[in-house]
Amino acid sequence: MKKDLSKKDGTSEKGTLGEVLESRGVSRRSFMKFCATTASMMALPPVMIPMIAKALENARRPSVIWLSFQECTGCTESLTRAHTSSIESLIFDSISLDYHHTLQAAAGTAAEAAREAAMEENFGNYLLVVDGSIPLGNPGYSTIAGISNLEMLTESAKGAAAIIAVGTCATYGGIPHANPNPTGAVSVKDIITDKPIINVPGCPPIPVVITGVLAHYLTFGSLPELDHIGRPKAFYGQSIHDRCYRRPFYDKGKFAETFDDEGARKGWCLFKLGCKGPTTYNACATTKWNGGFSWPIEAGHPCLGCSEPDFWDGGGFYKALSMPTENLSQTAVYAAAGAAAAGAAIGALNRGKKNASNKIHIKTTIDDLRKD
Amino acid sequence: MNTSPFNIHTGSELTWNVQPLLFEVRHALEELLDSGETSIIDLRSIPLAPGEEETILKTLGQGEVHARLSALGPSEIYETRYAGVWLITHYNEEQAIVSRFIEITKIPDILKSQQEDMSSALAELTQALESQELGIQDT
Repeated sequence: MKKDLSKKDGTSEKGTLGEVLESRGVSRRSFMKFCATTASMMALPPVMIPMIAKALENARRPSVIWLSFQECTGCTESLTRAHTSSIESLIFDSISLDYHHTLQAAAGTAAEAAREAAMEENFGNYLLVVDGSIPLGNPGYSTIAGISNLEMLTESAKGAAAIIAVGTCATYGGIPHANPNPTGAVSVKDIITDKPIINVPGCPPIPVVITGVLAHYLTFGSLPELDHIGRPKAFYGQSIHDRCYRRPFYDKGKFAETFDDEGARKGWCLFKLGCKGPTTYNACATTKWNGGFSWPIEAGHPCLGCSEPDFWDGGGFYKALSMPTENLSQTAVYAAAGAAAAGAAIGALNRGKKNASNKIHIKTTIDDLRKD
Repeated sequence: MNTSPFNIHTGSELTWNVQPLLFEVRHALEELLDSGETSIIDLRSIPLAPGEEETILKTLGQGEVHARLSALGPSEIYETRYAGVWLITHYNEEQAIVSRFIEITKIPDILKSQQEDMSSALAELTQALESQELGIQDT
């Protein structure tokens, strides 16, 4: 007995998620599968599956307004290329995405009218999702329908129940904020201080982490537990290093020194190649990317630390964390203090490393690339 | 030796997650026998090296029961060679794995007929009989 929740104009009633699924003929068994996958997606223990089922069944569809500011659209790409299409489409069918100017057909005045209507109708209850940083320099650096990013954010935030900042640009300023920050880019939390904000950083964030946060809000009607910089602990609670399958090599002191030496081929620790795993908190080591297929460290590349504030200004992606950073201003300080010898020593160290790498360099042959 | 899609060779050094996980399964099976308590292990919550998941599945093997669901995409459920230890793999409609669990139980809940589905089924069957949709004619 399926309830028809469709209205005559083709839109759907904002019933509970249970009612929406029932109207679509989704069986209880399918729903339990959805809940099991959602629990896994939310990094919750499987014993919570029955509780999730009960909560999701009674969850109401929230209105979601998605704003994109100074960004590359990578966050939206990440989300829309999510692998668990049927499961995630259910999550998205469970929200009312009322504004997303990259995805929606409407543009200009019509699009803005949709945003304003959704804000008015759901004032105090809608979720505001933001990707991209906000320029505080010339407002003309980034506008939508002639409205500056700052104005659109402050206006849209007024009636939001909560804000989800998606991607490192929205959470910490990201690449636009990188030195010398020509647009005066800042994060959402630098502007909005009177609303609950959940930070979902990453360049881009893992798609199931984005949907996991939405699922948590849908399920429990509240924001998940956050760490000291506003990230959900379920996904950002442990460092990449602590969860890395290569960690035991670090403990044994076995490191890849170059990208094609014996250590690299044997899958040893990438710390000396600049891996930022020890200072980066994210779910890549377990959730992985592209449908759980692999992730950067498994592919032999060090972690860039893209979910951390100022990762772009961290002193070099391929410089080990134990090496001193060498930004220009710091070098100038060394020189002024008569400590040029320190810079020379670092230079000598790097030259020594380069020479050593050249000596052990082994060229990859076609035979190495064969999978058999 | 396993070879990942990126030509990273992984030898026996990279299999330290296999044994602890199998011990966890053994402990859970002991609990099931002693107290009837069931357990679920989410394989996606454990940082596994390339080839380790395959080693775990190979070690557990396949037993007598093998079921396939069609619910939001297929799901494959089988009892491993160790009775009471089940492997559940959920796929999406594009056949990509969306979640994978080891369940230590007499029978996974998702295999049982669900209360809500049975209620709907009873109503549908009753309605079909009342409207003679089944095509059964009185003689």
